Amino acid sequence: MVKITVCLGSSCHLKGSRQVVQDLQYLIGHHNLKDKIDLSGIFCMGQCQKGVCVTVDGELHSVKPETTQTFFDEVIMPRVS
Amino acid sequence: MDRKFDTKVQYLKYQVLREVVRLAYKDRLLEEASTIPKRIVPGKVPTMRCCVFKERAILQERVRMASGGTSANPNIIEVIDIACDECPVGGFEVTNACRGCIAHRCEQACRKGAITFDQHQKAHIDKNKCVECGMCAKVCPYNAIMNFRRPCEQACMIKAISMNEDKVALIDESKCVRCGACVYMCPFGAIVDKSYILNVIDILRKAEKDPEVHVYAVVAPSISGQFSYAKLGQVIAGIMKCGFFQVVEAALGADMVAYKESAELVEKGFLLSSCCPAFVDFVHKEFPTMVQHISHNLSPQATIAQYIKKTDPKCKIVFIGPCTAKKMEVQLEEVKPYVDAAMTFEELQALFDGLDIDITTLPEEPLDNASYYGRIFARSGGLTDAVREGIKEHGLEFDFKPIACNGLAECRKALLLASRGKLPNNFIEGMACLGGCIGGAGCLTHGDKIASNIDKYGKEALEQTISGAVSQYLSKDYPVKENTEIPPSGAPFVPHAPTPEASSSPAAPSAQPVPTPPAAAPAPPAAASAPAPEPKAQPAP
Repeated sequence: MVKITVCLGSSCHLKGSRQVVQDLQYLIGHHNLKDKIDLSGIFCMGQCQKGVCVTVDGELHSVKPETTQTFFDEVIMPRVS
Repeated sequence: MDRKFDTKVQYLKYQVLREVVRLAYKDRLLEEASTIPKRIVPGKVPTMRCCVFKERAILQERVRMASGGTSANPNIIEVIDIACDECPVGGFEVTNACRGCIAHRCEQACRKGAITFDQHQKAHIDKNKCVECGMCAKVCPYNAIMNFRRPCEQACMIKAISMNEDKVALIDESKCVRCGACVYMCPFGAIVDKSYILNVIDILRKAEKDPEVHVYAVVAPSISGQFSYAKLGQVIAGIMKCGFFQVVEAALGADMVAYKESAELVEKGFLLSSCCPAFVDFVHKEFPTMVQHISHNLSPQATIAQYIKKTDPKCKIVFIGPCTAKKMEVQLEEVKPYVDAAMTFEELQALFDGLDIDITTLPEEPLDNASYYGRIFARSGGLTDAVREGIKEHGLEFDFKPIACNGLAECRKALLLASRGKLPNNFIEGMACLGGCIGGAGCLTHGDKIASNIDKYGKEALEQTISGAVSQYLSKDYPVKENTEIPPSGAPFVPHAPTPEASSSPAAPSAQPVPTPPAAAPAPPAAASAPAPEPKAQPAP
């Protein structure tokens, strides 16, 4: 199980966290990875300047709505396949 | 007098709170609490009462209330006996408008023989005979007889205040719903809400020593009209400077509530709102048969707190709002696990100044979690607008006939009709305070402009639909978890939603998912090649 946590605090929200969440949800569904990925939210990781903050098994990544696809391909996919 | 408050009573209460905060942070409160009155009233010349000694004695009581009050009294609102001026303005009196006419209708109308006339034929009421029936006032052609009531009794729309044998205000515990109207109205500040600011300070100081404990501030949307001397972003920065880890909008909880409550209404067909704790308490106390119709949702603050606790189990949550009844709500069994303390905007101002935080000098911090609809919960009618929108976004068919009750008097009227099956409406929005939460007793300022401020603040929200705001919350209660049909945007993110008037597509993710089969053979559109429309709001009603 890979644990992905997306920051939903004000700062990340304004940088597009909702879009990142929706895109991740889509990609997880698209690749049939619901059983392998646990997607959750949190309010603030204390790294607002790096937003949208996403942690993958505790490892912090900075994601933007337009880089979600790349992030998913490069960071998530290797962990689940 | 300070520019931050409506009245000098509020300012006095604030001075006491500020001193309590200062001493608490120096760990000197226990030893030096008794020095606070003299600090506030230093000289020998009284400015408020008959003498400085009475002023100080009352201030000592205020210090006690600022430090949590007596736990022996379960009510969070208390009368400070010695501060009550025992207002003589009681009942019917003849005013200067009496012209000393010949008809003397007042005399005829009075069955107790309480009305006499002086040598100018002007009427006088013998208070020993008068039974306050009001007949004389009704018949006077000049409306010269007026009913002077005590400000506290007049403010209390559910008649929970009377006076004891010493003519001191007395709160009927079986009726009081802790709305705080009397607290705000008493011209002598004799009725006070207990402050739990020491609990908040304790939470903040413990968290300072333990980096694993985050303290979240959940702020009510009515904050937008408060702290008018600074920008909202600076208020948020100030809250974080006090030691809070993050500030989250209670309005997001309101979005969650509106989302669920609209579905609940359609399912049940008749519903009372559960957002206002004073209204809920009122239904329990005066209309027990209607309790079954109260929405099963927790209030917005408790709903968002419940969510935050799920994402960060070790955290502490403090609600900051305009409401005295919330201090009672957080003591309820069903809310206690989620919200650790509640404080008012008045107390927040005291916390800022007790810590010498000048918020006007701080850089702004963002606050954006909720939608337009969650934010307008702060004013009367906002909850109704949100539930209407919720029904629409769910795509449900329902003949929505709401009644937005502004203040407890209207609530009582609607509930009375509803309990007899004579209310033509199927949804009661109950708000205990006049104007809604923006009329709350814990507000720094109350005014006519504040309602339009709330709408403006609502329109500034990034999210303009309820489902837009709740969709990212990855819980089974909200729609998107199962909805994998939204293609990645790929689109460059638009940092701020356009004004609702300018937007067009109502496509909220739950309402109109873009029909892309999840298992479609082609890869999802590459970044930047197929931008999906950003869900946007319908124009606000």
